[in-house]
Amino acid sequence: MIRFVIRRLLYAVIVLWLVSTLVFVFLHVSPVPVERVIGGPRATTDTLNQIRRNLGLDQPVIVQYGQFLGRLLHANLGESYINGEPVTTLIGDRLPTTLWLVFGAGILWFVGGVVTGVLSATRARSLWDRVVTVFVLVGLSTPPFVMALVLLYLFATKLSEAGVYFFEAGPPLQMHFWRRMILPWIALAFLMVAAYTRLTRGAMLDVLGEDYVRTARAKGLSRRRVVYKHGLRAALTPVVTQFGIDLGALIGSTIVTEKVFGLQGVGQLVYQSIALGDTPVIIGVTLMVTFFVIMANLLVDIGYSFLDPRVRLS
Amino acid sequence: MSLLEVTDLRVSFSTPDGVVRAVRGVSFAVDRGRTLGIVGESGSGKSVSTQTLMGLTPGAKVSGQALFEGADLLTAGERRMRQIRGAEIAMIFQDPLSSLHPLYKVGRQIEEMIRAHEPDTGRDAVRKRAVEMLGTVGIPQPAQRAEEYPHQFSGGMRQRAMIAMALALNPKLIIADEPTTALDATVQAQILDLMRRLQREFDTALIMITHDLGVIADMADDVLVMYGGKAAEKARRRPLYYRPHHPYTKGLLQSTPSAAAGADRLRPIPGQPPSLINIPTGCVFHPRCEYVMDRCVTDEPVLDPVTGDDDPTHVSACWLPLEALGLGEDAERLRQRAVEEGRVRARPAAAANGGAPESSGAVDAIAEPPGPDADAGTDADTAGRDGPPGEDGGGTRGDGGTA
Repeated sequence: MIRFVIRRLLYAVIVLWLVSTLVFVFLHVSPVPVERVIGGPRATTDTLNQIRRNLGLDQPVIVQYGQFLGRLLHANLGESYINGEPVTTLIGDRLPTTLWLVFGAGILWFVGGVVTGVLSATRARSLWDRVVTVFVLVGLSTPPFVMALVLLYLFATKLSEAGVYFFEAGPPLQMHFWRRMILPWIALAFLMVAAYTRLTRGAMLDVLGEDYVRTARAKGLSRRRVVYKHGLRAALTPVVTQFGIDLGALIGSTIVTEKVFGLQGVGQLVYQSIALGDTPVIIGVTLMVTFFVIMANLLVDIGYSFLDPRVRLS
Repeated sequence: MSLLEVTDLRVSFSTPDGVVRAVRGVSFAVDRGRTLGIVGESGSGKSVSTQTLMGLTPGAKVSGQALFEGADLLTAGERRMRQIRGAEIAMIFQDPLSSLHPLYKVGRQIEEMIRAHEPDTGRDAVRKRAVEMLGTVGIPQPAQRAEEYPHQFSGGMRQRAMIAMALALNPKLIIADEPTTALDATVQAQILDLMRRLQREFDTALIMITHDLGVIADMADDVLVMYGGKAAEKARRRPLYYRPHHPYTKGLLQSTPSAAAGADRLRPIPGQPPSLINIPTGCVFHPRCEYVMDRCVTDEPVLDPVTGDDDPTHVSACWLPLEALGLGEDAERLRQRAVEEGRVRARPAAAANGGAPESSGAVDAIAEPPGPDADAGTDADTAGRDGPPGEDGGGTRGDGGTA
């Protein structure tokens, strides 16, 4: 077990290095003229060169890469080109918002998806199941930004006019926490609930057709026990696996939701950095997202060995 | 009255392709301490019949009667069925690996069943009993093994665990559905020995479902041969093995390898089991039968007592002469003669060979069963004629049952 974790962490280091190098290369192949962004449209060539020199962009790429790697080894992601703040600080400030957003939505979609999925698997082809099928179809084909805008229109605009406050925009996370987060959560979770409903329903139907579920019924267990203790317990394994992977991946893809609801999270940070050509921040965020994905996968694998005794980590 | 008496059981399923008529009027009975073997190919309805008794066929349309200690299982409520399942009727399934829950320890799966039926028994007592049962079925170091998962067991050990589970509450009836099919031949013999020993010890009734006549050759008291959702032939064990009447039974016997003789080559039954959506007209077996006659295509035979057998329960659903029993040459001659006689319309005597040309005897024999009946009429007939099979008239000899 410990050896497994250590080996996976070593792999993680390699993956992080590869990812950072890839991003570094891409950004140097087609760079955004950051000196122009900083200097403004009327800056002279001298000024622009001065800016490039200050940022170290005048040096050969290979030297820049060496410096970049050197910093990385000291866990230093460098400073923003734009405002000179350390990238770690920038990310550290934004990360809690994104984590709250993703984990809150995650709980919402996991519970929602599993409950609807189980209910529709145990009532396969009932009216409920049909309604759920339609919902899954709608959910899967609604882009998150559409959902976000619809929610915003209904709850933030229309209901605010009526004096009901469901939504509060703005940076501080502490005040009006629920009011700030509920709509983003729903917007983010909507598509995922549909996906997880489908996943759970399929897994449940598979498992309920298994021989061991028949055995459980032949033992004279109650229906509830058969469905939950024997059915759901086995069906949950693939769902939990997917959940871990999705959670990790979503941390890097909340841009639209954050933008629509005005949440100052990592998504907004990376969006702005790309527009401005702020290379260190882009690389920093990419590395952070990669790290989360790797960790999520590692946790999924470790969790798997607890969920299923047949799996041995080696 | 027998422990379990099933009368005219019918089971069908609605599927997108049509109605699957899996079981079409089957009757059988079994008593404590006795073993009923149900034999047939896949799709003959043997598993569906027994799972329906336990209420384990969701979505099935069921009719008929299944009296267990006098109460009908098919109309029993879910609560009563739950009491019966596991505690009074237990099942053993074909593949012990997929039949045990992969994520729970073996001991726990047995404990779970005991607790479901005896909620007041203490945890430790239940655990002790589960371990005891594992020991009874010959699992070494049962206390340790109870803490292991099914994947840590070998195939034979898993089936032993399933048997332990089935016996844990001392049920009155055990239904074993192909319990040895997934096992090696040597392990198979061990498991069969074990089941026989435990059946005697616990005095349970046993229904043994198999596609292999060899499995129940020295185990079953009575044998029911099923084909296409119906009973083809039913008899005590010895008559069935030595004096089969139905060509399907005969085919099964000839396709069963035997270690003793080795003289005869294995003769597989040609063709495939019938589709249960588009069931062949007349006798279900006629497309595969080497003795097919004209009337087999149009008229469905009913279970009739055979003649000349000392087993009064021996019945067969076939238009061949009812005295044509066994694998011997005399019987074969009788059959060939009947076939020659019966194929006047379709084929001239081309296929029939070796039979004597004279025909009067055969005609008499065929003339005896009823002619083309309406479906319902035929079935009522079957039920009526079908004597109580579980009844063991030890002294009844000769062909008293034959009209």
